[in-house]
Amino acid sequence: MAHIKLLNEELPGIVGLLNYRPETARPLLDLAETLLRGPSSLTSGEREIIAASVSYWNKCHFCHTSHAAAAAAHLGSDIGLIDDIKAGLPNTPVSDKLRALLHIAHQVQRNGKNVTDEDISFARDLGATDQELHDTVLIAAAFCMYNRYVDGLGTWAPGPNEAYTAMGERMAHVGYGKN
Amino acid sequence: MPHINLTNEYPGIRSLFIYRPETAAPMNALVQAMLHNPHPSLSAGERELIATYVSRLNTCKYCCNIHGAIAKHQLGNNGDIVQQVLSDPETAPISSKMKALLKIAAKVQSGGKNVLPADIELARSEGATDIELHDTVLIAAAFCMYNRYVDGLATWQPDDAELYDKMGEQRAREGYLTPPFKVATGDSQ
Repeated sequence: MAHIKLLNEELPGIVGLLNYRPETARPLLDLAETLLRGPSSLTSGEREIIAASVSYWNKCHFCHTSHAAAAAAHLGSDIGLIDDIKAGLPNTPVSDKLRALLHIAHQVQRNGKNVTDEDISFARDLGATDQELHDTVLIAAAFCMYNRYVDGLGTWAPGPNEAYTAMGERMAHVGYGKN
Repeated sequence: MPHINLTNEYPGIRSLFIYRPETAAPMNALVQAMLHNPHPSLSAGERELIATYVSRLNTCKYCCNIHGAIAKHQLGNNGDIVQQVLSDPETAPISSKMKALLKIAAKVQSGGKNVLPADIELARSEGATDIELHDTVLIAAAFCMYNRYVDGLATWQPDDAELYDKMGEQRAREGYLTPPFKVATGDSQ
C-alpha cells in the first residue's frame, strides 16, 4: 500500500501518482515524452535502455521493468531484454557509443559531479554528439527523480516481467500521457 | 568548463534551458507547479526550503544558492532561516511538521525506498496531510534530477552571493516561466 491514500489504488507505480496529482502529472509526462520519444539522433530503443538501466541501478522495480519492456517493444526484441539490462547487456547487440553513454548515465546516477572529462571524451571518440551527451545526462537525472517518486511514496508494482509486456508496448507506440 | 558547448553565458540550469528548449518547457512547468503556484497548505517559502535542503545534500552549489535565495525572498527576506535549515533542520526555527517533512526529503535524496512508514507516521502526527507528503517526496525527487543535470554537464556555477540574491528575488516575484536577466561577466563578452 502506498504511503498516501491514492484516488485509485489499483493503478501501479507512477500511474497512481500521476492520477492523484494532475498539476504535476502534466509536466512529468511531457518531459518523459520529449526525452524518450521526441526527435533525437539516439533511437527511442536506446533511450529507453538508458532509462531502464538507471532505474535498475536505483533499484526501482516498476520503472526498470516497464521501461525495459518499452525498449523491447521499440527494438522488436523479446522481454529477455529486461533481465539482460540487469546484467549489463551481455546478450544485446548495442553500439560501443551506447555503452559509453550508459557509463555516463551510471556516473550521473551516483552524483552529477562524478561525470569526468575522460568519460565525455571517451564517448565523443565513439561518435557521441553534444546533444546525445546532453540527453543522456538528462535522461539519467530524470530517472533519479521518477524512481525516487515511485519508491518514496511506497507505490505497488506487479512482480513478473510478463506483467509489463502490454505496458511496454503502449509506452513505446502510444506514448506518455497520450492515453 | 561545461562538458558540452552551450553557446550562451547564463549560469547553471539556465544555460541548459537555453541550449535545449524542448526539455526546458516541461522542467520549468514542473518547478512552477511544485514551488511557485498556490498550494493548499505549504507556503512557497517552505517548499523552497525543501528544494534548497535537498540541493545541499546533493552538493549542487548552483541549485542550493539560487533556491536558498528564492526561499529567503519568499520568507520575508529572512536569510537566517535558510542558513539554519542548511546547518541543522532540527534546531532551525521552523515548525515540527516542516522538520518531519525535511527528514522525509533527506530519505528520498538517499533513495526512495529509505522512506519508512515510521517517517510518514511521524510527519502525520505533526499534522502533515497526504498532499504535503506527496509534494515533499516529489520536490525532493525532482531536485535529485535538477541537481544531477546541472552538475552532470558541469555548468558554470558562479561564486557571487549578490548575483544569486538578485536572481532569487526575480524568481520569488515572477515565478519560473519568465526569461532570465542577462548576467554581466568579467571573463566573457
